[in-house]
Amino acid sequence: MTQPEHRLPLRTKLATTVSKGAAALSRATGRGDGSVIGGRIGLMIDPNLLANLAAGRHVALVSGTNGKTTTTRLTAAALGVLGEVATNSLGANMPTGHTSALAKAGRTPYAVLEVDEHYLAQVLAATRPVAVALLNLSRDQLDRAKEVAMMAQLWRDALAAHPEVHVVANADDPMVVWAARDATVTWVAAGQRWHDDSWVCPECGSHIERSGPSEWWCTGCTLRRPAPQWTIKDGSVVDPAGGPHPVRLQLPGRVNLANAATALAVAAHFGVRVPDALPRLAQVTSIAGRYATVVRGGRTIRLLLAKNPAGWLEAFDMAEEAPTLLAINARDPDGLDTSWLFDVDFGALRGRQVLITGDRAYDLAVRLEVNGVPFAHVRSFGEGVDAVPPGRLEVIANYTAFQDIRAELDRVN
Amino acid sequence: MSTEALRIVWLYPDLLSTYGDRGNLLILAHRAARRGIGVEPVEIRSDQVVPDSADIYLVGGGEDGPQALAAQRLIADGGLHRAVGRRAVVFAVCAGYQLMGTSFFAKGAKCGGLDLLDVVSDRGPTRAVGELAGEIDPRLGLPALTGFENHGGRTHVGPGAVPLARVTVGVGNDGTTEGAWQGTILGTYAHGPALSRNPAVADLLLRWATGDGTLPPLDDTWPDRLRAERLSAVG
Repeated sequence: MTQPEHRLPLRTKLATTVSKGAAALSRATGRGDGSVIGGRIGLMIDPNLLANLAAGRHVALVSGTNGKTTTTRLTAAALGVLGEVATNSLGANMPTGHTSALAKAGRTPYAVLEVDEHYLAQVLAATRPVAVALLNLSRDQLDRAKEVAMMAQLWRDALAAHPEVHVVANADDPMVVWAARDATVTWVAAGQRWHDDSWVCPECGSHIERSGPSEWWCTGCTLRRPAPQWTIKDGSVVDPAGGPHPVRLQLPGRVNLANAATALAVAAHFGVRVPDALPRLAQVTSIAGRYATVVRGGRTIRLLLAKNPAGWLEAFDMAEEAPTLLAINARDPDGLDTSWLFDVDFGALRGRQVLITGDRAYDLAVRLEVNGVPFAHVRSFGEGVDAVPPGRLEVIANYTAFQDIRAELDRVN
Repeated sequence: MSTEALRIVWLYPDLLSTYGDRGNLLILAHRAARRGIGVEPVEIRSDQVVPDSADIYLVGGGEDGPQALAAQRLIADGGLHRAVGRRAVVFAVCAGYQLMGTSFFAKGAKCGGLDLLDVVSDRGPTRAVGELAGEIDPRLGLPALTGFENHGGRTHVGPGAVPLARVTVGVGNDGTTEGAWQGTILGTYAHGPALSRNPAVADLLLRWATGDGTLPPLDDTWPDRLRAERLSAVG
């Protein structure tokens, strides 16, 4: 694909320059990583800045409750086969973050943007993407976020308004399937370990039945698992032609293999051949600190981010049998409600040395006591590091707790 | 108690489990087991028959559609009504609390409730989201209620029931009172795992169900720290 000659309006040029300056200032003064503030200021000068910056680029969007930052990174890596890619790889996933990312990248033929679930309609309209990847929908920050069925409805409406957009969607999540079923879709068997938000059919309200590892169907209407074109088998991604591609990733867990499958499916829609993309996927290590490994005081510390029940189940799947520090906050970005702790079975951690910390460690303490998981409370991340023997320490934290720990580790990436 | 083991039924986890509602089942089972009381937890899905012989029934929160569906199915089933008729204990939170009453609103329409608790719910001007605290009716002899609420309803307590608490923080029923209590039915807007912050309420339910007025105390170090932290955060 060639990039059409595209001239930016004067206001957009000014907004872009100021935006980049503010971002640099934010980083230089240590106030932030510059991924939001630049966009916020730029959008004040030119409200159409995002649309103007996106025009002339071939855009892919990635949205879902979990895995969007990683899948965005993998998709950007895969599209890199074709040319330069702009992306919001720091996880700043609202329009301010998209604007900052595009302004900073300058002109690129391609862009891959991670989109907060709530903003999908707005960002679809502004960026006119070629393709959008929809990963999953589950409960997340319920005191603020839309409930799952409402979110699926928002997505469905957003896609209906843009029938030209090609969708790459998870066949294993009934809510995603319902949201995307009337669009042009490439289905990926991306999995969904978490089932507790999809027992009721969003179409007709009947019970959704499941069988085997992945089959599901509504008992009252025609909604059922579509046949996926992309699947995962024995560590390989199987493409629509049936060709298995062994995928070597530096990222742990089955869920990241599924994220890679989605990235490959999106890239294929842009014309990228799987064998060309695979070496680039293999180079992706940590993403904004997620999965980062840091050596500190003789401990090899790995950081896993888990923001909601579905994410915690995936984190337990990735974590090694080793001392584990759990950190829980409930600040605005986390959601103020900790009820979800009782949706997670922490039993997988029994037998490991478990330490807990964070603003809301006591909520977690009550949960673990009821769960029969012995633990010790530490007042800080540093105290937790000192409390475990030299060797491996797995850290699983929710969003702001994760950012706090990352800051203590000098903003590790 | 119906048999040697305490039977605790968690109703309709497929419909009414939006906010960690399983926690109340786990907490009751945990607190009973630590006192040597055998527990038989039972999860009844909305396409299964509700047993009428259990000791405690838990009804959780949910979105509008599932809430209306759950009410229809519980009315058609009749098991919970028969259980309440023989004074089984019911603990209902949020959407589950509303549907225990005479009527409630879901998706803009008035829906008939189970009519087991003398309350009527309608829609409030704003959604009530945040910390909830209150002084529990002194007749129950319990310390302050603490929880988290997230609902768009307002609930009016009729003469057949008594408000569970007087609101000190948050909205509850209407900004003044919170929850309701009638016989051995207890309803609250403190949603999800409400018993995690209110072990004394959990023990009240266990005392009602076992008929044992003096349950031995437990080491509540962690629930007490959680309560103290939450009550001071809003106080």
